[in-house]
Amino acid sequence: MTSQPRDTPLRAVHERLGATMTEFAGWLMPLRYSSETAEHNAVRSGAGLFDLSHMGEIAVTGPGAGAALDYAVVGWPSALAPGRARYTMLCAPDGGVLDDLVIYRQGSDPERFLVVANAANTAVVLGELQRRCSRTPGAQVHDETAATGLIAIQGPNAARILSAVTDLELGAMRYYAGSYGSVADRPAWVARTGYTGEDGFEVFCAAGDCERVWTALTEAGPAGLVPAGLAARDTLRLEAGMPLYGNELGPDVTPYEAGLGRVVRLDKPADFVGRQALAARAAEGPRQVLTGLVARSRRVPRHGYAVLSEAGGRVGVVTSGAPSPTLGAPIAMAYVETGATGPFGIDIRGKTEPADVTELPFYDRSKQR
Amino acid sequence: MSVPAELRYTEEHEWVAIDGDSASVGITDYAAQSLGDVVYVSLPAVGSTVTAGEPCGEVESTKSVSDLYSPVDGEVTEVNEELDDDPGLVNAEPYGAGWMFRVRVAVGTDGEAALPPGLLTAVEYDELTKSAG
Repeated sequence: MTSQPRDTPLRAVHERLGATMTEFAGWLMPLRYSSETAEHNAVRSGAGLFDLSHMGEIAVTGPGAGAALDYAVVGWPSALAPGRARYTMLCAPDGGVLDDLVIYRQGSDPERFLVVANAANTAVVLGELQRRCSRTPGAQVHDETAATGLIAIQGPNAARILSAVTDLELGAMRYYAGSYGSVADRPAWVARTGYTGEDGFEVFCAAGDCERVWTALTEAGPAGLVPAGLAARDTLRLEAGMPLYGNELGPDVTPYEAGLGRVVRLDKPADFVGRQALAARAAEGPRQVLTGLVARSRRVPRHGYAVLSEAGGRVGVVTSGAPSPTLGAPIAMAYVETGATGPFGIDIRGKTEPADVTELPFYDRSKQR
Repeated sequence: MSVPAELRYTEEHEWVAIDGDSASVGITDYAAQSLGDVVYVSLPAVGSTVTAGEPCGEVESTKSVSDLYSPVDGEVTEVNEELDDDPGLVNAEPYGAGWMFRVRVAVGTDGEAALPPGLLTAVEYDELTKSAG
């Protein structure tokens, strides 16, 4: 990409904190502030603060907004109660994944849904939503990305810290729910969602209020709230077994391969883009299975490395791999042919290293405490 | 970014310290910061022969893996076994406790270690990293 990367509203804050910045999906983002392992561990044990203002925010509003989204995505947004959220996907007519999304139903009268897209896919999602929603009279699609800041606070201490600067009763807020309220005396949409495998919240606010919200959270947090960058975000989501678009998800896989067939609501009455192809795929079963692997050696499996059978034949490919700070060993997610059984090896730059199959996720907070 | 004046450097971001016929090798502060947290270092075996400019090990970090190149020719006499338990020493003290291996190098008739051509001075290495942005 030759064009200048976009800045989030918190660029100056990251620079003051001495962050190592990196270009990601056309945005200049903090990769790490000091040690990404320390940032990862802080989210597991205390709390971490993330600038996610690169994510796309697209509002679908007006009468018919729910019906329009029911046609556009594989989930069933119109069935969401106001104040609830759902993880879903936008698929192509052939069932391939164009993006994974979180949709928040922010209101029913008037109807308002907030669709959160990956930064790299925001333009595609916006275009598809505009096209797919245009067949439903009354539904309107607006890109609010530039006007919206997104700050996530994640970790076991997140609720306590955020409570100090919001008027919302966070104890009453369920996982995958959200509410309008104020944070640092500024209007915000606050949701109990995240991408780390920990309890936590995402705060959507006006771009111009980001610095105030960030600072207030920093000051409300005891030692243990640390700013965390994209490097920690990636290892946290990998431990939590959460897919990343471009790694586990893409136009050449359907939700079924990713083990996420449950997001495809074939039971919803409305037609939707991809229904026919996805129904056929649901009936025939997945061709490959997303599999968790823990390496026995200290060499780290990386995206694109081959997974080998005991006989040495190629039976799959690593989609994401990293040293896991929590497990203390390299972990990977890989697509493996249906029916292939271990033991597996991973071709790490020409040398086969053994790896054990493990159930996903690698880390489940409900089993830790 | 620290670039000690008394060391020599490679374009692949290793440093080398010469003491008589012994050359100590590690990776630079710039390299360590670029890699992020180092989680595993694979080093050449003691007694093996390394060749200047050839890979002789690997440095694994959270986000990537990099080949480790030997800056000199010679026989490996010692490796830093501390890195096995604490690879983070590479980030914490890249020029000190984070050293990686030692090589016995040939010494010329003048008593000076015979170094391969192309090693950079601290000034040259500093310019290299600054021009890389």
